[in-house]
Amino acid sequence: MNTASVSLGASVSSQSRFVQLALAAFLGVFVMGFVGFSHIDAVHNAAHDYRHSMGFPCH
Amino acid sequence: MTLFRNVVFIAAIAGLVAGVVLACMQAYATVPLILKAEVYEQAGGGHTHDHGLSPAAAGSNAMSSAVPAEAATAEDEGWAPADGFERFAFTVVANVVTGIGFALILVAASELAGGIGNWRQGLFWGLAGFAVFTLAPNLGLPPELPAMPPADLAQRQIWWTATVVATAAGLGLLAFRKSLPLAVIAVALIVAPHIVGAPQPDSFESPIPEGLHHQFVVAVTLTNLVFWLVLGAVVGVVRGRLTGAATGLRDSLA
Repeated sequence: MNTASVSLGASVSSQSRFVQLALAAFLGVFVMGFVGFSHIDAVHNAAHDYRHSMGFPCH
Repeated sequence: MTLFRNVVFIAAIAGLVAGVVLACMQAYATVPLILKAEVYEQAGGGHTHDHGLSPAAAGSNAMSSAVPAEAATAEDEGWAPADGFERFAFTVVANVVTGIGFALILVAASELAGGIGNWRQGLFWGLAGFAVFTLAPNLGLPPELPAMPPADLAQRQIWWTATVVATAAGLGLLAFRKSLPLAVIAVALIVAPHIVGAPQPDSFESPIPEGLHHQFVVAVTLTNLVFWLVLGAVVGVVRGRLTGAATGLRDSLA
């Protein structure tokens, strides 16, 4: 696969790059987990139709 | 934190667009089927959203089986959005918020591999996301309608998560490592969760007609396919614009 010629934030070191990307991915997992997997009743009820529509484990 | 900020910026736009698109598709394709299933659910025994009252949960917990069903229902229901506009509004919000969550994961993963350069590369990254987050887990745990007999919730969530992680790792190895042994391991990773098998309910007896469920599975799969393609493509477009600007301004965006 040909990669993009310019990267986002080209000036950062590779280590800092990895940390920032990991942080972004972790934030994504957290958001998804809270809306889709939380056992809190109010969250479940609010996102009920969404969970079913995504095939997330529900009930 | 320039990189982090750019990733969040791209993910926010892509998640917003793809989330709204998905919510619109759900309004026509999946939500009407859920409402239909709730009619069967109510006819079959009373309550919607029967958290913790499934046969599996009651069987595994002697305490809960001792509680009278009605009392437990009243306690378990909690707050819920009113049917109609409010309920749909929360579905839209859930779609946008998780759309941004999925986009964050997609952008972060693709940046590690060099980044999504344009909308066409985005389509293929989107296909990978679809395979990881929809196809693989839904093979073992088909999308369920309300009133269908569930297995234990926590066990299903663990299986779902493990399957997503294993499939993502497998696809990553296949795509970015050019070695035969690693390719073999990759295939094993993708297949393994299905050999272990998803947690199954005690009984498959369900008031939901088979046809309705089949229709729902097709609707969920196709709406998610379009969601992931849109998400990947929008990431490609927005990222292209952002990096284009960065070359022009030489990181003065920072």
